[in-house]
Amino acid sequence: MAMTIHVDIVSADTSIYSGLVEAVFASAVMGEVGIYPRHTPMLTRLKPGEVRILVNGVEEQFYVSGGILEVQPSVVTILADTAVRADDIDEAAALEAKAEAERSLKDRGAKLEIAEAQVKLAEAMAQLRSIDRMRKGKGH
Amino acid sequence: MASGKEIRTQIASIKNTQKITRAMEMVAASKMRKAQERMAATRPYADKIHNVIQHLAFAHPEYKHVYLQDRAETKRVGYIVVSSDRGLCGGLNNNLFKTALSEIKTKIDKGLEVDVCTIGKKATSYFGRLPVNLTGQAVQLGDAPRPHVLIGAVKVMLDAYENGSIDSLYLVFNEFVNTMTQENKVMQLLPAAPEKPSAEMSHHWDYIYEPDAKDVLDQLLVRYIESLVYQGVVENIACEQASRMVAMKSASDNAGDLIDDLQLVYNKARQASITQEISEIVAGAAAV
Repeated sequence: MAMTIHVDIVSADTSIYSGLVEAVFASAVMGEVGIYPRHTPMLTRLKPGEVRILVNGVEEQFYVSGGILEVQPSVVTILADTAVRADDIDEAAALEAKAEAERSLKDRGAKLEIAEAQVKLAEAMAQLRSIDRMRKGKGH
Repeated sequence: MASGKEIRTQIASIKNTQKITRAMEMVAASKMRKAQERMAATRPYADKIHNVIQHLAFAHPEYKHVYLQDRAETKRVGYIVVSSDRGLCGGLNNNLFKTALSEIKTKIDKGLEVDVCTIGKKATSYFGRLPVNLTGQAVQLGDAPRPHVLIGAVKVMLDAYENGSIDSLYLVFNEFVNTMTQENKVMQLLPAAPEKPSAEMSHHWDYIYEPDAKDVLDQLLVRYIESLVYQGVVENIACEQASRMVAMKSASDNAGDLIDDLQLVYNKARQASITQEISEIVAGAAAV
Protein backbone atom coordinates (compact mmCIF):
# COMPACT_ATOMS: atom_id res chain seq x y z
CA MET A 1 0.00 0.00 0.00
CA ALA A 2 1.07 3.52 -0.70
CA MET A 3 2.20 5.87 2.04
CA THR A 4 -0.66 7.18 4.12
CA ILE A 5 -1.40 10.07 6.41
CA HIS A 6 -3.99 10.36 9.14
CA VAL A 7 -6.89 12.70 8.40
CA ASP A 8 -9.49 14.07 10.80
CA ILE A 9 -12.41 16.04 9.40
CA VAL A 10 -14.48 17.49 12.23
CA SER A 11 -17.19 20.10 12.57
CA ALA A 12 -18.32 21.71 15.81
CA ASP A 13 -21.17 19.27 16.36
CA THR A 14 -19.89 16.06 14.80
CA SER A 15 -16.90 14.11 13.54
CA ILE A 16 -17.16 13.72 9.77
CA TYR A 17 -14.21 11.49 8.91
CA SER A 18 -11.21 10.03 10.68
CA GLY A 19 -8.75 7.56 9.19
CA LEU A 20 -5.69 6.91 7.06
CA VAL A 21 -5.70 8.22 3.51
CA GLU A 22 -3.26 8.51 0.64
CA ALA A 23 -4.05 12.12 -0.18
CA VAL A 24 -6.36 15.00 0.67
CA PHE A 25 -7.62 17.67 -1.69
CA ALA A 26 -9.37 20.78 -0.48
CA SER A 27 -10.28 24.19 -1.83
CA ALA A 28 -8.23 26.67 0.17
CA VAL A 29 -8.74 30.41 -0.16
CA MET A 30 -5.64 30.68 -2.35
CA GLY A 31 -6.73 27.81 -4.59
CA GLU A 32 -7.04 24.06 -4.58
CA VAL A 33 -4.48 22.26 -2.41
CA GLY A 34 -3.45 18.62 -2.59
CA ILE A 35 -1.78 17.15 0.50
CA TYR A 36 0.25 13.98 0.29
CA PRO A 37 2.14 12.34 3.16
CA ARG A 38 5.21 14.25 4.39
CA HIS A 39 3.79 17.59 3.42
CA THR A 40 5.36 20.52 5.25
CA PRO A 41 3.34 22.02 8.17
CA MET A 42 0.71 24.36 6.83
CA LEU A 43 -2.24 26.31 8.15
CA THR A 44 -4.80 27.68 5.73
CA ARG A 45 -8.39 28.80 5.50
CA LEU A 46 -10.83 26.85 3.39
CA LYS A 47 -13.47 28.17 1.02
CA PRO A 48 -16.93 26.60 0.99
CA GLY A 49 -16.49 23.63 -1.29
CA GLU A 50 -15.65 19.99 -1.40
CA VAL A 51 -12.94 18.08 0.38
CA ARG A 52 -11.81 14.92 -1.39
CA ILE A 53 -9.80 12.13 0.16
CA LEU A 54 -8.10 9.22 -1.56
CA VAL A 55 -8.49 5.91 0.27
CA ASN A 56 -7.07 2.79 -1.42
CA GLY A 57 -7.22 4.53 -4.76
CA VAL A 58 -10.91 5.42 -4.33
CA GLU A 59 -12.01 9.00 -3.92
CA GLU A 60 -14.49 10.10 -1.28
CA GLN A 61 -16.10 13.52 -1.18
CA PHE A 62 -17.35 15.74 1.60
CA TYR A 63 -18.80 19.19 1.43
CA VAL A 64 -17.60 21.77 3.93
CA SER A 65 -18.88 25.32 4.26
CA GLY A 66 -15.48 26.78 4.94
CA GLY A 67 -13.10 26.14 7.81
CA ILE A 68 -9.43 25.67 8.56
CA LEU A 69 -6.95 23.10 7.32
CA GLU A 70 -3.93 22.20 9.42
CA VAL A 71 -1.11 20.00 8.17
CA GLN A 72 1.28 18.43 10.66
CA PRO A 73 3.94 15.87 9.70
CA SER A 74 1.78 12.92 10.67
CA VAL A 75 -1.74 14.27 10.68
CA VAL A 76 -4.04 16.53 8.67
CA THR A 77 -6.88 18.22 10.51
CA ILE A 78 -9.81 19.92 8.84
CA LEU A 79 -11.90 22.06 11.17
CA ALA A 80 -15.09 22.50 9.17
CA ASP A 81 -17.56 25.30 9.82
CA THR A 82 -21.18 24.31 10.29
CA ALA A 83 -22.57 27.18 8.27
CA VAL A 84 -21.36 29.53 5.60
CA ARG A 85 -19.63 32.36 7.37
CA ALA A 86 -18.90 35.80 6.15
CA ASP A 87 -17.89 38.92 8.02
CA ASP A 88 -21.11 40.77 7.23
CA ILE A 89 -23.26 37.79 8.31
CA ASP A 90 -21.33 37.59 11.59
CA GLU A 91 -21.70 41.33 12.01
CA ALA A 92 -25.47 41.12 11.50
CA ALA A 93 -25.69 38.34 14.10
CA ALA A 94 -23.73 40.42 16.59
CA LEU A 95 -25.95 43.43 16.01
CA GLU A 96 -29.01 41.30 16.54
CA ALA A 97 -27.67 39.90 19.81
CA LYS A 98 -26.99 43.45 20.98
CA ALA A 99 -30.39 44.75 19.89
CA GLU A 100 -32.13 41.91 21.69
CA ALA A 101 -30.26 42.69 24.88
CA GLU A 102 -31.27 46.32 24.60
CA ARG A 103 -34.87 45.37 23.97
CA SER A 104 -35.00 43.16 27.04
CA LEU A 105 -33.47 45.99 29.07
CA LYS A 106 -36.01 48.44 27.73
CA ASP A 107 -39.05 46.45 28.75
CA ARG A 108 -37.33 45.59 31.97
CA GLY A 109 -40.28 47.28 33.76
CA ALA A 110 -42.92 44.98 32.34
CA LYS A 111 -40.77 41.90 32.84
CA LEU A 112 -39.83 42.96 36.32
CA GLU A 113 -43.48 43.19 37.31
CA ILE A 114 -44.20 39.73 35.97
CA ALA A 115 -41.13 38.28 37.64
CA GLU A 116 -41.96 39.97 40.92
CA ALA A 117 -45.54 38.78 40.73
CA GLN A 118 -44.29 35.27 40.11
CA VAL A 119 -42.02 35.41 43.12
CA LYS A 120 -44.86 36.72 45.29
CA LEU A 121 -47.20 34.05 44.00
CA ALA A 122 -44.65 31.35 44.78
CA GLU A 123 -44.20 32.77 48.29
CA ALA A 124 -47.93 32.92 48.90
CA MET A 125 -48.34 29.37 47.69
CA ALA A 126 -45.56 28.16 49.97
CA GLN A 127 -47.23 29.93 52.91
CA LEU A 128 -50.61 28.39 52.08
CA ARG A 129 -49.00 24.99 51.86
CA SER A 130 -47.34 25.32 55.25
CA ILE A 131 -50.61 26.57 56.79
CA ASP A 132 -52.30 23.54 55.26
CA ARG A 133 -49.68 21.26 56.72
CA MET A 134 -50.10 22.83 60.16
CA ARG A 135 -53.87 22.44 60.00
CA LYS A 136 -53.58 18.86 58.88
CA GLY A 137 -51.17 18.15 61.72
CA LYS A 138 -53.74 19.48 64.20
CA GLY A 139 -56.58 17.66 62.49
CA HIS A 140 -55.18 14.21 63.13
CA MET B 1 -61.69 18.59 58.94
CA ALA B 2 -62.44 18.51 55.23
CA SER B 3 -65.32 16.36 54.09
CA GLY B 4 -64.91 13.18 52.07
CA LYS B 5 -65.76 14.71 48.75
CA GLU B 6 -63.34 17.61 49.12
CA ILE B 7 -60.52 15.25 49.93
CA ARG B 8 -61.40 13.07 46.95
CA THR B 9 -61.14 16.00 44.53
CA GLN B 10 -57.86 17.03 46.14
CA ILE B 11 -56.45 13.54 45.67
CA ALA B 12 -57.60 13.50 42.05
CA SER B 13 -55.93 16.83 41.34
CA ILE B 14 -52.66 15.75 42.96
CA LYS B 15 -52.80 12.56 40.90
CA ASN B 16 -53.07 14.65 37.76
CA THR B 17 -50.08 16.72 38.80
CA GLN B 18 -48.17 13.53 39.51
CA LYS B 19 -48.97 12.25 36.01
CA ILE B 20 -47.55 15.43 34.53
CA THR B 21 -44.38 15.37 36.61
CA ARG B 22 -43.87 11.67 35.78
CA ALA B 23 -44.21 12.39 32.08
CA MET B 24 -41.77 15.32 32.37
CA GLU B 25 -39.34 13.11 34.20
CA MET B 26 -39.38 10.54 31.43
CA VAL B 27 -39.10 13.17 28.71
CA ALA B 28 -36.14 14.73 30.53
CA ALA B 29 -34.49 11.32 30.86
CA SER B 30 -34.64 10.65 27.13
CA LYS B 31 -33.56 14.21 26.29
CA MET B 32 -30.66 13.89 28.68
CA ARG B 33 -29.39 10.82 26.86
CA LYS B 34 -29.53 12.69 23.57
CA ALA B 35 -27.83 15.73 25.09
CA GLN B 36 -25.05 13.50 26.39
CA GLU B 37 -24.57 12.07 22.91
CA ARG B 38 -24.34 15.59 21.51
CA MET B 39 -21.84 16.44 24.20
CA ALA B 40 -19.71 13.51 23.06
CA ALA B 41 -20.13 14.57 19.43
CA THR B 42 -18.74 18.05 20.07
CA ARG B 43 -15.64 16.67 21.71
CA PRO B 44 -13.63 15.77 18.55
CA TYR B 45 -13.81 19.33 17.22
CA ALA B 46 -12.91 20.82 20.59
CA ASP B 47 -9.98 18.41 20.98
CA LYS B 48 -8.69 19.03 17.47
CA ILE B 49 -8.92 22.79 17.62
CA HIS B 50 -7.23 22.68 21.02
CA ASN B 51 -4.42 20.63 19.45
CA VAL B 52 -4.02 23.14 16.65
CA ILE B 53 -3.87 26.00 19.15
CA GLN B 54 -1.27 24.06 21.12
CA HIS B 55 0.82 23.47 17.99
CA LEU B 56 0.48 27.13 17.22
CA ALA B 57 1.92 28.03 20.60
CA PHE B 58 5.00 26.01 19.65
CA ALA B 59 5.27 27.58 16.23
CA HIS B 60 6.84 30.99 15.92
CA PRO B 61 4.63 33.16 13.79
CA GLU B 62 5.78 36.73 13.23
CA TYR B 63 2.24 37.78 14.12
CA LYS B 64 1.10 37.64 17.74
CA HIS B 65 -2.65 37.55 18.02
CA VAL B 66 -4.40 39.91 20.42
CA TYR B 67 -6.32 36.99 22.03
CA LEU B 68 -3.07 35.42 23.16
CA GLN B 69 -1.59 38.53 24.75
CA ASP B 70 -1.98 39.30 28.42
CA ARG B 71 -3.03 42.86 29.05
CA ALA B 72 -1.00 44.96 31.44
CA GLU B 73 -4.02 46.14 33.37
CA THR B 74 -7.63 45.06 33.53
CA LYS B 75 -10.34 47.68 33.77
CA ARG B 76 -13.40 45.90 32.50
CA VAL B 77 -14.31 42.24 32.57
CA GLY B 78 -16.76 40.38 30.34
CA TYR B 79 -18.86 37.40 31.36
CA ILE B 80 -20.83 35.05 29.17
CA VAL B 81 -23.42 33.36 31.37
CA VAL B 82 -25.07 30.22 30.03
CA SER B 83 -28.48 29.21 31.37
CA SER B 84 -31.49 27.19 30.29
CA ASP B 85 -34.47 28.65 28.44
CA ARG B 86 -37.00 26.93 30.65
CA GLY B 87 -37.39 26.49 34.37
CA LEU B 88 -38.57 23.49 36.38
CA CYS B 89 -35.07 22.16 36.63
CA GLY B 90 -34.38 22.46 40.34
CA GLY B 91 -31.79 24.90 41.58
CA LEU B 92 -29.60 24.57 38.50
CA ASN B 93 -29.90 28.10 37.16
CA ASN B 94 -30.10 29.82 40.52
CA ASN B 95 -26.97 28.14 41.81
CA LEU B 96 -25.14 29.15 38.67
CA PHE B 97 -26.34 32.75 38.95
CA LYS B 98 -25.20 32.87 42.56
CA THR B 99 -21.74 31.73 41.53
CA ALA B 100 -21.68 34.25 38.69
CA LEU B 101 -22.87 37.04 40.98
CA SER B 102 -20.29 36.40 43.68
CA GLU B 103 -17.66 36.29 40.94
CA ILE B 104 -18.92 39.57 39.51
CA LYS B 105 -19.11 41.12 42.96
CA THR B 106 -15.47 40.35 43.74
CA LYS B 107 -14.56 42.03 40.45
CA ILE B 108 -16.67 45.08 41.24
CA ASP B 109 -15.18 45.28 44.74
CA LYS B 110 -11.78 45.47 43.10
CA GLY B 111 -12.98 48.52 41.22
CA LEU B 112 -13.49 46.78 37.89
CA GLU B 113 -16.45 47.24 35.62
CA VAL B 114 -18.41 44.27 34.32
CA ASP B 115 -20.17 43.46 31.05
CA VAL B 116 -22.50 40.50 30.85
CA CYS B 117 -23.68 38.58 27.81
CA THR B 118 -26.44 36.07 28.49
CA ILE B 119 -27.29 32.85 26.75
CA GLY B 120 -30.70 31.40 27.60
CA LYS B 121 -33.90 33.08 28.74
CA LYS B 122 -33.39 32.54 32.45
CA ALA B 123 -30.06 34.35 32.52
CA THR B 124 -31.48 37.19 30.44
CA SER B 125 -34.40 37.81 32.78
CA TYR B 126 -32.19 37.41 35.86
CA PHE B 127 -29.39 39.72 34.78
CA GLY B 128 -31.84 42.07 33.09
CA ARG B 129 -33.18 42.93 36.54
CA LEU B 130 -29.76 43.62 38.01
CA PRO B 131 -27.82 46.82 37.53
CA VAL B 132 -25.23 45.20 35.28
CA ASN B 133 -24.36 46.15 31.74
CA LEU B 134 -26.05 43.62 29.46
CA THR B 135 -24.29 43.78 26.10
CA GLY B 136 -25.69 40.80 24.24
CA GLN B 137 -28.00 37.86 24.47
CA ALA B 138 -29.00 34.67 22.71
CA VAL B 139 -32.28 33.03 23.66
CA GLN B 140 -34.60 30.27 22.44
CA LEU B 141 -31.81 27.88 21.65
CA GLY B 142 -33.93 24.72 21.84
CA ASP B 143 -32.70 21.29 22.84
CA ALA B 144 -30.21 20.87 20.03
CA PRO B 145 -28.72 24.26 19.24
CA ARG B 146 -26.60 24.57 16.11
CA PRO B 147 -23.25 26.25 16.69
CA HIS B 148 -24.10 29.24 14.53
CA VAL B 149 -26.93 30.48 16.79
CA LEU B 150 -24.24 31.63 19.22
CA ILE B 151 -22.12 33.54 16.72
CA GLY B 152 -23.76 36.89 17.41
CA ALA B 153 -23.56 36.76 21.18
CA VAL B 154 -19.94 35.60 21.13
CA LYS B 155 -18.94 38.16 18.53
CA VAL B 156 -20.28 41.01 20.67
CA MET B 157 -17.84 40.01 23.40
CA LEU B 158 -14.95 39.29 21.04
CA ASP B 159 -15.41 42.69 19.39
CA ALA B 160 -15.45 44.33 22.81
CA TYR B 161 -12.20 42.53 23.63
CA GLU B 162 -10.59 43.50 20.36
CA ASN B 163 -11.41 47.18 20.63
CA GLY B 164 -10.24 47.20 24.23
CA SER B 165 -13.52 47.86 26.01
CA ILE B 166 -13.11 44.61 27.97
CA ASP B 167 -9.75 43.18 29.03
CA SER B 168 -10.67 39.63 29.90
CA LEU B 169 -13.56 37.30 29.19
CA TYR B 170 -15.02 34.48 31.24
CA LEU B 171 -17.59 31.79 30.53
CA VAL B 172 -19.95 30.73 33.33
CA PHE B 173 -21.77 27.45 32.80
CA ASN B 174 -22.72 24.14 34.40
CA GLU B 175 -20.34 21.27 33.90
CA PHE B 176 -21.94 17.86 33.53
CA VAL B 177 -20.25 15.47 35.97
CA ASN B 178 -22.98 12.84 36.12
CA THR B 179 -26.77 12.68 36.35
CA MET B 180 -26.80 13.66 40.00
CA THR B 181 -23.98 16.18 39.98
CA GLN B 182 -23.58 19.36 38.00
CA GLU B 183 -20.80 21.75 38.82
CA ASN B 184 -20.80 25.49 38.37
CA LYS B 185 -17.80 26.44 36.38
CA VAL B 186 -16.14 29.75 35.60
CA MET B 187 -13.67 29.43 32.74
CA GLN B 188 -11.33 32.05 31.39
CA LEU B 189 -11.72 32.41 27.63
CA LEU B 190 -9.59 35.49 26.99
CA PRO B 191 -6.73 36.09 27.05
CA ALA B 192 -6.28 32.47 26.00
CA ALA B 193 -3.23 31.05 27.74
CA PRO B 194 -1.72 28.08 25.91
CA GLU B 195 0.44 25.68 27.87
CA LYS B 196 4.19 25.99 27.73
CA PRO B 197 5.87 24.19 24.82
CA SER B 198 7.23 20.74 25.56
CA ALA B 199 10.86 20.01 24.74
CA GLU B 200 10.24 17.85 21.65
CA MET B 201 8.15 20.52 19.96
CA SER B 202 10.15 23.56 20.94
CA HIS B 203 12.70 23.44 18.13
CA HIS B 204 12.24 26.30 15.74
CA TRP B 205 9.63 25.66 13.09
CA ASP B 206 6.62 27.38 11.66
CA TYR B 207 3.65 26.75 9.47
CA ILE B 208 3.19 27.92 5.94
CA TYR B 209 0.28 30.31 6.32
CA GLU B 210 -2.14 30.87 3.48
CA PRO B 211 -3.03 33.61 2.71
CA ASP B 212 -1.07 35.01 5.72
CA ALA B 213 -0.62 34.38 9.43
CA LYS B 214 -2.94 37.15 10.56
CA ASP B 215 -5.81 36.03 8.37
CA VAL B 216 -5.62 32.39 9.44
CA LEU B 217 -5.01 33.08 13.12
CA ASP B 218 -7.91 35.53 13.32
CA GLN B 219 -10.31 32.94 12.04
CA LEU B 220 -8.80 30.08 14.02
CA LEU B 221 -8.94 31.87 17.37
CA VAL B 222 -12.50 33.08 16.81
CA ARG B 223 -13.52 29.51 16.03
CA TYR B 224 -11.66 28.33 19.11
CA ILE B 225 -13.55 30.66 21.45
CA GLU B 226 -16.82 29.84 19.69
CA SER B 227 -16.22 26.14 20.11
CA LEU B 228 -15.53 26.60 23.83
CA VAL B 229 -18.76 28.55 24.27
CA TYR B 230 -20.68 26.03 22.18
CA GLN B 231 -19.35 23.19 24.28
CA GLY B 232 -20.38 25.04 27.42
CA VAL B 233 -23.89 25.47 26.03
CA VAL B 234 -24.21 21.82 25.02
CA GLU B 235 -22.95 20.71 28.41
CA ASN B 236 -25.37 23.08 30.13
CA ILE B 237 -28.28 21.52 28.21
CA ALA B 238 -27.28 18.06 29.42
CA CYS B 239 -27.14 19.49 32.96
CA GLU B 240 -30.55 21.08 32.52
CA GLN B 241 -32.16 17.80 31.48
CA ALA B 242 -30.43 15.83 34.24
CA SER B 243 -31.44 18.39 36.82
CA ARG B 244 -35.01 18.48 35.53
CA MET B 245 -35.20 14.71 35.64
CA VAL B 246 -34.12 14.68 39.29
CA ALA B 247 -36.43 17.57 40.21
CA MET B 248 -39.41 15.92 38.52
CA LYS B 249 -38.64 12.60 40.17
CA SER B 250 -38.70 14.19 43.61
CA ALA B 251 -41.89 16.07 42.66
CA SER B 252 -43.54 12.79 41.68
CA ASP B 253 -42.37 11.19 44.94
CA ASN B 254 -43.68 14.13 46.96
CA ALA B 255 -47.01 13.91 45.17
CA GLY B 256 -47.12 10.21 46.10
CA ASP B 257 -46.51 11.03 49.77
CA LEU B 258 -49.18 13.71 49.67
CA ILE B 259 -51.68 11.28 48.14
CA ASP B 260 -50.90 8.68 50.83
CA ASP B 261 -51.46 11.23 53.57
CA LEU B 262 -54.72 12.45 52.06
CA GLN B 263 -55.90 8.90 51.51
CA LEU B 264 -55.39 8.24 55.22
CA VAL B 265 -57.36 11.33 56.16
CA TYR B 266 -60.09 10.34 53.71
CA ASN B 267 -60.34 6.80 55.12
CA LYS B 268 -60.49 8.13 58.65
CA ALA B 269 -63.24 10.58 57.73
CA ARG B 270 -65.21 7.85 55.99
CA GLN B 271 -64.82 5.48 58.93
CA ALA B 272 -65.90 8.21 61.34
CA SER B 273 -69.05 8.90 59.34
CA ILE B 274 -69.90 5.18 59.15
CA THR B 275 -69.39 4.79 62.89
CA GLN B 276 -71.56 7.80 63.48
CA GLU B 277 -74.31 6.43 61.26
CA ILE B 278 -74.24 3.05 63.01
CA SER B 279 -74.41 4.63 66.42
CA GLU B 280 -77.29 6.80 65.26
CA ILE B 281 -79.17 3.75 63.94
CA VAL B 282 -78.48 1.79 67.14
CA ALA B 283 -79.58 4.73 69.24
CA GLY B 284 -82.73 5.07 67.09
CA ALA B 285 -83.52 1.34 67.45
CA ALA B 286 -82.99 1.50 71.20
CA ALA B 287 -85.38 4.44 71.44
CA VAL B 288 -88.19 2.57 69.63
